[in-house]
Amino acid sequence: MAQTVLTKILIPSGALGLGYDREALARGVAAKPDLIAIDGGSTDSGPHYLGTGTSKYSRSSIKSEWRELMQARAEAGVPLVIGTAGTSGADSAVDWLVEITKEIVAEMGDTVKVAVLKSGQDQGKMASAYQNNRIKQLQPEIEISPELLQSCSNIVALAGAEQIQKALATGADIIIAGRTTDTATIAALPLARGCHPGGAWHGAKIGECGALATTSPNSGTILIAFDETGFTITPMGQEARATPYTVSAHMLYENSNPFQLYEPGGHLDVTSATYTALDDRTVRVTGSEWVPSDAYTVKLEGSRSGGYQTVSMALVRDPHYVANIREWVADIEKKCTDKARQRVNEAFTLELRLIGVDATLGALETDARIGSEVGVMGIVTAQTEATSREVAKILNPYLLHHPLTEQEEMPTFAFPFSPTEMARGEIYEFCLNHVLELDDPMEAFRLDIMEMSA
Amino acid sequence: MTTLSDVALKIRSKNAGPFWLTIDIFCETEKAFQQACQIADNDRVASALGTTAADLKRYEIASLNVLKFSLPRPEIQGTRYDRDMHGASFANLLSGLSME
Repeated sequence: MAQTVLTKILIPSGALGLGYDREALARGVAAKPDLIAIDGGSTDSGPHYLGTGTSKYSRSSIKSEWRELMQARAEAGVPLVIGTAGTSGADSAVDWLVEITKEIVAEMGDTVKVAVLKSGQDQGKMASAYQNNRIKQLQPEIEISPELLQSCSNIVALAGAEQIQKALATGADIIIAGRTTDTATIAALPLARGCHPGGAWHGAKIGECGALATTSPNSGTILIAFDETGFTITPMGQEARATPYTVSAHMLYENSNPFQLYEPGGHLDVTSATYTALDDRTVRVTGSEWVPSDAYTVKLEGSRSGGYQTVSMALVRDPHYVANIREWVADIEKKCTDKARQRVNEAFTLELRLIGVDATLGALETDARIGSEVGVMGIVTAQTEATSREVAKILNPYLLHHPLTEQEEMPTFAFPFSPTEMARGEIYEFCLNHVLELDDPMEAFRLDIMEMSA
Repeated sequence: MTTLSDVALKIRSKNAGPFWLTIDIFCETEKAFQQACQIADNDRVASALGTTAADLKRYEIASLNVLKFSLPRPEIQGTRYDRDMHGASFANLLSGLSME
């Protein structure tokens, strides 16, 4: 087996902020990797993070883990790459991690060269790209328009291997990238060095969640060695084992198609991949294919305002009301909506969900059972914060005192706090399921180099 | 009456991006996998998830004894009427499926 281009990538964990086994990371550094790669986010936590360009994880958790990875980098003497910085990879989230990096550099008394890759897209340019037929629909189809693109609070394009390779070519010690595909930060260096393309992308996909593809997901750290014919995965956790089953089953995870994965410039096909146990904890994979595409496209993600929301909470414990809970909330929904329509001029929606009955699955629930109490969550959504609060305040007396029939004595239900309505502020929605065609992979991305020192 | 959860080792659902939901049914043996494939026919699964068989993608992965379904999310992740940000609860809708 030819291994002249052997490239070892150390992946500390599935995402910065999730934590990892520190001994496993130390073993990974001792294994002399060529690069340390970590993911900084995804869409999985919802549209708020891209909409606002803010981080899901606490600043102190990120700073603490990022400092340890920067120390590991200094020790290993190799580049450290983070993709999708600050949860969404929006420009402001990248700036946030750059600020944290500056603080750490100052505290460590270090000097580092940092490459910052930005993925944010100008709304106006995207509206023009749409009009010039450069933006293509993915499945399922989501209708868009130039106006919708203009209304996004943030649009990002997912960088692939080419953009990370550009950043690596600057000789940077640390690369802080905005939105990238989950795999790009891992696949970039093996591809640049001539490793097997199918193996590079497949290994990157297996590695992107850290030790999730092993028997000990919480150990975090894994090492993937890429070469001319495939890749080998070795967990760094003492107890963790990679088996042909854990590795091949990982293609199922969060993938709608377990055999194909689309990336900028082509797609990975693992239909013919073979998984071989080299020992009881190390797996070698060969036979994965990379299929280049005709056009170079990058996926777009966009988030825009979905209005303002106010949430109320009441707890119903009276057995008579618990037994008739659906009738009770239906009556409140109707009466409160009618009253609020007379008092506010703006459109709104009011929904009451029954916690403990079917709040999770709604109409799809087939096993709803009612216990001794029911939580009633009122959700008011409107175009302005003022209206969402106003309607929630109109809902308040119903949730506190609404009787099932006119004849009953006025009941009082449990409010867990005062006020019982809570403003959630602006809510966001993902509104793009599209790709952007590019003539040059760097066309939609910006690379800045910074020297940081204490 | 044998249900899908009786033959499966684990049923897991998760977002595959904001617009897709994917459900993996893990079985321990080939026999269990064959049973799961019979119980979880496309019409039953589509009906349980409130979609149509035409919108359901089905993958029978015999090498792993895994049956996988992917479908457009019933509500786009995080929008006003979405109830489950990560999509992990949808798996529960399939556990009670049976041949009857």
